[in-house]
Amino acid sequence: MRIALFITCYNDTLFPETGIAVVRVLERLGHTIVFPDAQTCCGQMHYNTGYQAEALPLVRRFVEIFRDHEVVCVPSSSCVAMMREHYAKIAAAAGDAKLQADVEALLPRVYEFTELLVHRLGVEDVGATYPHRVTYHASCHSLRSLHVGDIPLRLLSKVRDISLIPLPSLEQCCGFGGTFAIKNADVSGAMLEEKIKCIQHTNAEVCTACDNSCLMHLQGAMHRQRLEVGTAHIAQILASEHISSPQSSSKRKGKIG
Amino acid sequence: MSEIQSARAEILSRIRSTIDASRAGAAETWQAIPRNYRQRSTLTSSEKLALLEDRLQDYGAGVHHAESSQLASVIARILHQRNKKRILVPRDIPPTWLPVGFTFVPDENAAYEAIDACDGVLTGCLLAIASTGTLALCHEPGQGRRALTLIPDYHLCIVEGSAVVETVPEAIHLLESRKQHPITLISGPSATADIEMTRIQGVHGPRVLDVVFIS
Amino acid sequence: MTPVKECAAPDFPTAALPLLHDIQLRSNVRHATDVIQGKRFRVVSEMPDWQSLRETGQRTREHTLQYLDSYLEQFEERCTAAGGHVHWARDAAEANRIVVQMAQNAMGRAIKIKSMTTEEIGLNRALEAAGIQPIETDLAELIIQLGHDKPSHIVVPALHKNRQQIRELFAYAMGQPHLGDRPEDLTEAARLYLRQQFMHTPVAISGANFLIAETGGVCIVESEGNGRMCLTLPRTLITIAGIDKVIPNFRDLEVLLQLLPRSATGERMNPYNSLWTGVHPGDGPQEFHVVLLDNRRTEILRDPEARETLHCIRCGACQNACPVYRQTGGHAYSSVYAGPIGAILTPQLALMKEGQSLPYASSLCGACYEVCPVKINIPEVLIHLRGRVVNARPKYLRALDLEAIAMRGMQWVFLSKMRLQLAQRLGRVAQIPWIRRSGWIERLPGMLGGWTRTRDLRPLPPQSFREWFQKRSPLPTEVPHE
Repeated sequence: MRIALFITCYNDTLFPETGIAVVRVLERLGHTIVFPDAQTCCGQMHYNTGYQAEALPLVRRFVEIFRDHEVVCVPSSSCVAMMREHYAKIAAAAGDAKLQADVEALLPRVYEFTELLVHRLGVEDVGATYPHRVTYHASCHSLRSLHVGDIPLRLLSKVRDISLIPLPSLEQCCGFGGTFAIKNADVSGAMLEEKIKCIQHTNAEVCTACDNSCLMHLQGAMHRQRLEVGTAHIAQILASEHISSPQSSSKRKGKIG
Repeated sequence: MSEIQSARAEILSRIRSTIDASRAGAAETWQAIPRNYRQRSTLTSSEKLALLEDRLQDYGAGVHHAESSQLASVIARILHQRNKKRILVPRDIPPTWLPVGFTFVPDENAAYEAIDACDGVLTGCLLAIASTGTLALCHEPGQGRRALTLIPDYHLCIVEGSAVVETVPEAIHLLESRKQHPITLISGPSATADIEMTRIQGVHGPRVLDVVFIS
Repeated sequence: MTPVKECAAPDFPTAALPLLHDIQLRSNVRHATDVIQGKRFRVVSEMPDWQSLRETGQRTREHTLQYLDSYLEQFEERCTAAGGHVHWARDAAEANRIVVQMAQNAMGRAIKIKSMTTEEIGLNRALEAAGIQPIETDLAELIIQLGHDKPSHIVVPALHKNRQQIRELFAYAMGQPHLGDRPEDLTEAARLYLRQQFMHTPVAISGANFLIAETGGVCIVESEGNGRMCLTLPRTLITIAGIDKVIPNFRDLEVLLQLLPRSATGERMNPYNSLWTGVHPGDGPQEFHVVLLDNRRTEILRDPEARETLHCIRCGACQNACPVYRQTGGHAYSSVYAGPIGAILTPQLALMKEGQSLPYASSLCGACYEVCPVKINIPEVLIHLRGRVVNARPKYLRALDLEAIAMRGMQWVFLSKMRLQLAQRLGRVAQIPWIRRSGWIERLPGMLGGWTRTRDLRPLPPQSFREWFQKRSPLPTEVPHE
């Protein structure tokens, strides 16, 4: 299948390794990845911060670029949530019937990365090996907007040599919230602190999620506190083909993700 | 009055300025609201009673059973155990309910202090809701005016087995014919969780509630 | 909202700061919200038809607002026919004037049932100014009143206080130096303290949970019995209710009385629900007044994207579920309405002239929407109100506002892939002075400093994803966009 990748602005700029991992996983499964080069941003940051007028041209741009693709893969549930929850409304508010029709036609073909694997491609075992202790953080958008449910955990549970440890208070927000992290830095920090305590409680080596936005926030604080916990987007774990013997897997140290 | 009248006119006109003038009639639109929740019971009457008992006990209420012929003796036993002697009753309470050996004070528009001076109150109720452990009083004969079941520290309530419904919608349906009455729904003794979310039984309303099911 | 606040309230981040440092308060709030959430989860999980109930609840509230004028008139007509008196108040001052006038012959005091609406209009101060002492009878409101405190939660207003703090307060105010600190001791103290007041105060003031248009009746949902005392024992009862409290028919209670208790306190049913219709001869108050309060609710009605704010039935479930509220408690919102519902209600009640920081006091996690018994899409309304906050700024200010400039700048960048690529390259250069020995960015200037207050930032990597993709394969044959 030809899959168009919408990498998202922040993954493009800050987390290229996630995009690379998405490409590896999908190509390993025999698909062809196309990268529409004109893509930039879905408009979420503008829209959610109150700059709705400024978001409209970005919405138009996204729709125009991806309109004709059969399947669109987005390794960020919050960007997919932006599209599913707001694009139709934005198009209607703009009074643009063509945009409305395009949005309506395009959205059913837009998948968050783990949704794409399980719902569209029908795969749970992507042939990955990842000999580490991992805990999964459910981002609010994956949990409450996309309702991905246990899809990410199903994918992770098929990874060889992984040790999955459930994260306590899974449904609690980590405190990222886009510009909230900056505008309400102190409250955001308090929420973050609570989430990090839960992560530490699992004794995991790596915290993973479907969203690098939450992970950037968690990783930033854990780095500040010099904690020995890494973060990795779920695509990076699913891309990993690390060969290891079961005996040594739990003792393996070094770079993760 | 003119100021109030103008407030009324102004508020209504402000509301009307926001309203779709082409709206259909209120009654038919209300009728069209989907109601896919449970409205009818699926339980047998003994299952309903068991559920009600479980819910009432969950609230900390006492639950007792009686054949209708033995009601007075069951009431006597409960009052004796609770050490209640002077019991207020609605004027029109069935006399067959009342055992000997206790002072039953019929409510003759008693002053609040006089009500407060009694050890407790004995009443019937209109119906009970099993799923929520609720007794419904609509303050008709046998149930007393509202102050009666409020001021005393102890309430003993008699529930006819046939008056038990399972769901809230069934109860509201039965209450329809009494919707102009004062209605009090009682679910357990009065309670609060205002201090550290610790549920404490009994604040201002009766602190002890006993219920007798008549079969 | 003017009567509530004498001076401009601090913005949310400022008001939150001291609360975040109050370890005791945060632990009290966390405990209380954890307990209620746990109870709510248990009693909601046992309802297989919960989503259907929510659906009907939402549709009922939506329907009510579409016919609000006729339902209010119907309520007035039926309540009057049943012996009640209906008054209308455009704003807080008018409502307070009406209540004070009716309570004039109250022998100097009035007992009160917990009511957020009377908090909203600052009724207690108006009564005190008229020489009438308001006596709060709900345990939590009594704690607030005796402590000269402010409520921090819609349902459990004193949840920020623990038993020792309450004991100190009661021991002093009630003159009982030997009072114990078990919740039972404190509850007993309140019972004794208030009992004579209930039996001898001629006037009571209440809010309302529902006004029933069909019957002209009022419904109050409570736990302690203080509500029943107030609405049964005095000669005169005055009920103050926002115009949004009306429901069409008696039958609607079969939905709302399932949604409200389970959402509010996590009980299958709260201990007492009382309904009365006007005056009942020989039973309860023989004089009954209802004040229908607008106080800018009609302004909220005017905004089609925000009017669902008025669907709220004040259960407080959104507060318990909110991770922001959980950290700060209610006082950070500087309003009687805290938490997610407060974040959308407060600024609207203030015509967006106050509380502009509140729509931003949310990470948009969606927990509030998930638990709302009438499915108010609070995150959606928050985002809409953020837009109103941005647009309410005068043009000349927006031209100088750093955030607005940054947003427009980012938009300009995102409207061209060339500019985005250029910005990425520039960023890699611009970040160099900020990268510390650890290899990470530990402090950033200006607005971005919010990020580095508690977090480091990994620098931009040397290669963006698109650069990697371009290098690994020739450009796919795409229709060029630019």
